[in-house]
This record gives sequence, C-alpha cells and structure tokens, in this order.
Amino acid sequence: MASRMLFKRSLLQASVLRNSIRHASSNVAAYNGKKNANGKYTVTMIEGDGIGVEISQAVKDIYAAAGVPIEWEPVDVTPIIKDGRTAIPDVAIESINRNLVALKGPLATPVGKGHVSLNLTLRRTFNLFANVRPCKSIEGCATAYDNVDTVLIRENTEGEYSGIEHVVVPGVVQSIKLITRPACERVIRYAFQYAQSIGKTRVLVVHKASIMKMSDGLFLKTAQDIAKEFPDIKLESEILDNTCLRMVTDPEPYKPVVMVMPNLYGDILSDMCSGLIGGLGLTPSGNMGDKVSIFEAVHGSAPDIAGKGLANPTALLLSSMMMLRHMKLNEYADKIESAILATLASGPANITRDLKGTASTKHYTEQVISRL
Amino acid sequence: MLRQLSSKSVSSGLVRNSTRSATSISDVFRPKKYGGTYTVTLIPGDGIGAEVTDSVKEIFKAENVPIDWETINVTGVGNKTEAFNESVLSLKRNKIGLKGILFTPVDRSGHASFNVALRQELDIFANVVLIKSIPGVNTRHKDVDFALIRENTEGEYSGLEHQSVSGVVESLKIITREKSERIARFAFDFALKNNRKLVTCIHKANIMKLADGLFRQTVRDVGEEYPGIECKDMIVDNASMQAVSYPQQFDVLVLPNLYGSILSNIGSALVGGPGLIPGCNIGTEYAVFEPGCRHVGLDIKGKDQANPAAMILSASMMLRHLGLDDYATRISDATYKVLADGKVRTADLKGKSSTSDFTRAVLNNLEKM
Repeated sequence: MASRMLFKRSLLQASVLRNSIRHASSNVAAYNGKKNANGKYTVTMIEGDGIGVEISQAVKDIYAAAGVPIEWEPVDVTPIIKDGRTAIPDVAIESINRNLVALKGPLATPVGKGHVSLNLTLRRTFNLFANVRPCKSIEGCATAYDNVDTVLIRENTEGEYSGIEHVVVPGVVQSIKLITRPACERVIRYAFQYAQSIGKTRVLVVHKASIMKMSDGLFLKTAQDIAKEFPDIKLESEILDNTCLRMVTDPEPYKPVVMVMPNLYGDILSDMCSGLIGGLGLTPSGNMGDKVSIFEAVHGSAPDIAGKGLANPTALLLSSMMMLRHMKLNEYADKIESAILATLASGPANITRDLKGTASTKHYTEQVISRL
Repeated sequence: MLRQLSSKSVSSGLVRNSTRSATSISDVFRPKKYGGTYTVTLIPGDGIGAEVTDSVKEIFKAENVPIDWETINVTGVGNKTEAFNESVLSLKRNKIGLKGILFTPVDRSGHASFNVALRQELDIFANVVLIKSIPGVNTRHKDVDFALIRENTEGEYSGLEHQSVSGVVESLKIITREKSERIARFAFDFALKNNRKLVTCIHKANIMKLADGLFRQTVRDVGEEYPGIECKDMIVDNASMQAVSYPQQFDVLVLPNLYGSILSNIGSALVGGPGLIPGCNIGTEYAVFEPGCRHVGLDIKGKDQANPAAMILSASMMLRHLGLDDYATRISDATYKVLADGKVRTADLKGKSSTSDFTRAVLNNLEKM
C-alpha cells in the first residue's frame, strides 16, 4: 500500500516536472520567426559599448553586401533601476520578444557593489538557459594547438550563479549552488538535439559528482534519464579534472562530442577552449532560450581602442553565423563564413592587430566583402 | 598569539624548491625520530598507487634513506572505513606521510571522498603543486614555472548538500576569513622563501561577490604585509584561458579549493601530465605528500605502465621537509636525469617502458652519482 502511494506520488512529481518544461518532446529553443512585409526577418541589434559600435557596423556592411534577408532593429540596453533592481528598458525587451532573435556586442558592466551584470540580467529576463560555445581552430591564427574543434553547452541560469549568498557570522560566507531537475533536463535535452543537428554522435557530461554527490549527481542522473530519449546518441561522462587535463594535453579526442555541464564549469571550460584557438576575439557564442535567443561576442568592450577603427569584428561575425544557422539561413552562413575564414587565412595585411596583423576594421571588412 | 604562533610554524615548514638549508620547525611539531630514523605513514592508495610507491620504497632502500615505512592499505573501493581511520591515527602519530590517491565513487550512495576527509581531519590546509617545464619532456608550452597554492579544507568541498524538495538540490560553498587568511599567508611566505615575486589570487568575485569577494579581499589584505611581493588577482575563467595561451606569466597562484583542482589539472597538462607533478598538503602539525595532480589511474592499475616520477618527486619533497636534503637532492637529480635522457619513457610520455624500467633507470643513475 505504502509503496503504491509512493509510486503515485512520484508519478505526480514526474508530471509536475514534465509540465514545467513546455514542449518537452518538440525541439527545445527552435526559431519560429516570420518574415516581415519586406520579405525579410527583423533582428534586434544591441551594438554594445566601446568597440561594439564598430564591430556591429562591420556585420551590417557584410550582411548588406551578401544580401542576407535581415533588417536590423537597433536597441539600447543601458540598464535602468526598476523596483530597486537592475533591469533592461522595456523598449529593448519588447523588441527582442517581437523579433525572437538578437545580436549583441560587448557590454561594459559598471563596477560597483551590488550591481548585477547586464549579461546576467539579459539571461534572466529572457530565460536564456543554454550557452553554446563552439571553438574551432582558425587558419592564419596559430596557437600551440591545431585541429581544435569543440562544442560546449553550458547551463546558463542556476548552479553557482544563483546569486544566493549570505554572511553567516562575520568572516564566514555561504554561497549556494542551486541545481534543479527542470533546468538540467532542459539544457541536457538541448545538448542532445544540438548534437543531432550538427551530426555528432556523442554527448559528454562534465561534472564533479565525486565530490558534489547530490548537486552534480542530479545533473548526471538527469542526463542518464534524458539519454533514453535519444537512442542514436551515446551519453558519456567525465570528471571535470580529467576534462581539463585531457583537453589541454590534446583536444583532438573531443571532436566527436558535444559537452554539456553546469554553469561554472561551463564558464571556465568555454574560456579555456577559446584560449586553445587564440582567445575570445575569435570565439562565437549563442544564448538559447525557450522563446528568444541572443547571439553575442563574449569579449570585452576594449575601451582603450574604441573609436580608433582597430577592433576585430570576427567574434561577433562568427556569432552571427550561429544566428543565421539558428534561423535556418544556412546558405548565407556558409557563404559569409568561408569569406571570413579565407580573409583570416590571407596573411597579416588583412587581419587586425590583436591577431598580430596590421589591418583596420574597415580594411578587414572590405576584404571579407571582396571574398563573398 | 596562537594565530601568530601557528602561522610562524606554517611558514617555516614550507617545502623548498631547491634550497638546501634544513627546516626549523619547533620541536612540538616535528615528526618523531627514533634511533636516527623517521617513521613515515605510507598509504599506497588505489589504482597505480601500489606500483609507484613500490618504486619509491625500492629507491629509498637502495639509498639507505633513514626512514621506516608504516604501511596502511586504505582503499576507496567499497565502503569500508576501518583502514581509513587507522591511517588517520597513524598520520597523527607520525606527523608525516606519503600517499597515493584513493578512489572516490561517483554514485550518490557511495562514501564521501577519503582524500578530502583526510585533509579535513588533519587540517592539512595548503596544497602545494609545482608546475615546471622539465628538461627532456617536450610539450606545446616552453618555460612554464609556477606554483599553485590551493586551499584544501573548505570551499566547494565542504560536503554540505541537501535536497530541499525532490529535484531541487543546494550545495554549500563555505569561505571563511580565517582559512582564507592562512592560505594567503602561506602563499606569500612560499613566494618569499622561494624567491618568487608575484602572487595572483584566482577568484570569481564578479559572480560570487560575497564568498569569492571575501577570499580576494583577504588575500589583498595579507599581501599588504609583504611589500616586496606583487599581488594581483584574476578571474578564474580568464586564468584558465591565460594558462593555455600564455602560462609563462604566472608565478605563484593562490586559489580556493575547486579552482585549484581545475588549474592544477590544466597546469599539469602544460608540462607533461599527472605522472610528472609532485605535490604536498601541509598544515600546522601534519604534512602529507602525494602527486600534485591527483589522478588515481584505475584503468592502468597493476599493468606496470604508470609513470612513478610524480610519486618519487613527491617523496623527495618529503625528504626536504624532514631536513634530509642530501638524500632528496640525489634522488630528484637522478629522476630528472632519467627524464632528460629520454631513453626510458612510460606510456604517458608516449614510450614503451614500464614502471619498473623507470625505477631501474633511477637506481642506475644513483649508482653512478
């Protein structure tokens, strides 16, 4: 009798959890945008601070030259204080909600006590639960590593970034890492679907469940449950320490997998992977939500070179390629991407200073356009 | 007063990179010596532990190192805790130990990590890992030379977790000023004694403003007492990126527990892998030496394939800690010579030699010295 009750209860819990994820069976984070009256898609453009203006212009110029059916809707996301909390202006929120997709340059987070970063605010406002970070070696940008080709998906809403912290007594702080099954399910299911969409056959969960048995244990257990929905994809798991060690020794074995992990590990490892291919100036990033998705350059706003025409727009450009593919505009993505890669491979005269080249933003942009 | 006393004894018990002078620990804290020999607790551990500690035993025997081993066979496989408790008692008696890595199960019903429990029980709070390019071992990165000082007893490894309701778990990370202060002091003392000029605090205070904020601020405060040493800080994701692109910029890193685990693994990959990295855990009263990059190596257990260099070098660090510097230098020189010659290479360095081949090569070098 008791066990039957228990069974009933767990069924109930399961259905509650299931309801908490909309469209569990359909594709997570799919793009459902429609063309406007001009036959084009409208995309929100958050140019950002510092060099954001210049690199956004480069994207616009290249898109115009390539004839991409996109109209940009620029918005300002300078934060406002609403009910005592950091918030995004309503106009910006409406724009993104309407267009379902946005491209975002770097934002300078004002340094000060208690100020929530704008990036974090954006993720929370639009519930952008998965951060997708592919890293691929780029010809012309040599590092100690060749042939890097990794994809990392990071849980973007909870974990160590829950923001729940308190001082127990002076000098003793507790910081709470929060792991919930619905958030794990959502990001892990997305990872499996992403693996399918790019033709990879393995999903690798990176965790530290040896030490954090309950929290990371829940993440791992959820992955094992979700894996049953995807019989054609193999689930593997690896302890964080081993991933760090093996990846830095030789990234080659990570080619066939899509990695998925809790927030902090994803933050650290995604930047580490960027380091393998030459830094944040070359790394694209996408933040996927149930309804909207925001693609962004993850590097800083580089105030020291802002306005001088020296900035490298590659990261924002490559992020916009992810955006085009998300919008199923693959042919444009392929065309522009090969022009970008050809330009980067064409020698120091055509690449920017951060890549040890001599080109200005404008020259680089022209070179990409000439190769379209 | 008490804090002063303990921090003093910590700083004097530091491992030395290459300096030869004997350590000067006050007698209460000294490992016990009877009839001219020290008794050292030996915990071979799981995986490759038995093979690589055998290598150390063989070398120590050949060199007549004045040490008696008190071997305790602890294992993390299964759920037995008797041997573990015995090892803690043994370490409390002898105050010094050499240890392999104990396996930790991933499943939730499994026991908590014995490795972590041991460090917490003995309060061996400072984990020292030396990441240095080794002549003869060619990797993608050249001239790497930095030390990681990792807080070993709190942070994300507090072991405090609970399930609020089904499907919602909270895991507590604990950061205290007291423990942050003593690890910071250890790091600056280490820098001072080893002639290093820069201590970088690794943190994520932009997100964990209170916890990592406390750690960062404490390191800064302690740093002000060391005017000759530069004190910087760096966010952990940036540090990981910098480590794989420009690791030469690092000198001494001081880190909370989890970030220490991440960066010691990245660091070991930069210079040739866990088979080469020595390490130790030091507290006010006890010291346990173990490979710096803590990998258990269950997959190659018993195959005579493991690289014993990390364990041999950890053991020679231990000899320095005991003031047996001449033995330490001979053994580490002989080991580095095997690596420099490059003829005997274990599988981790893409060679075909066995663990016993490596041991024999070290012994041969010692005979010629």
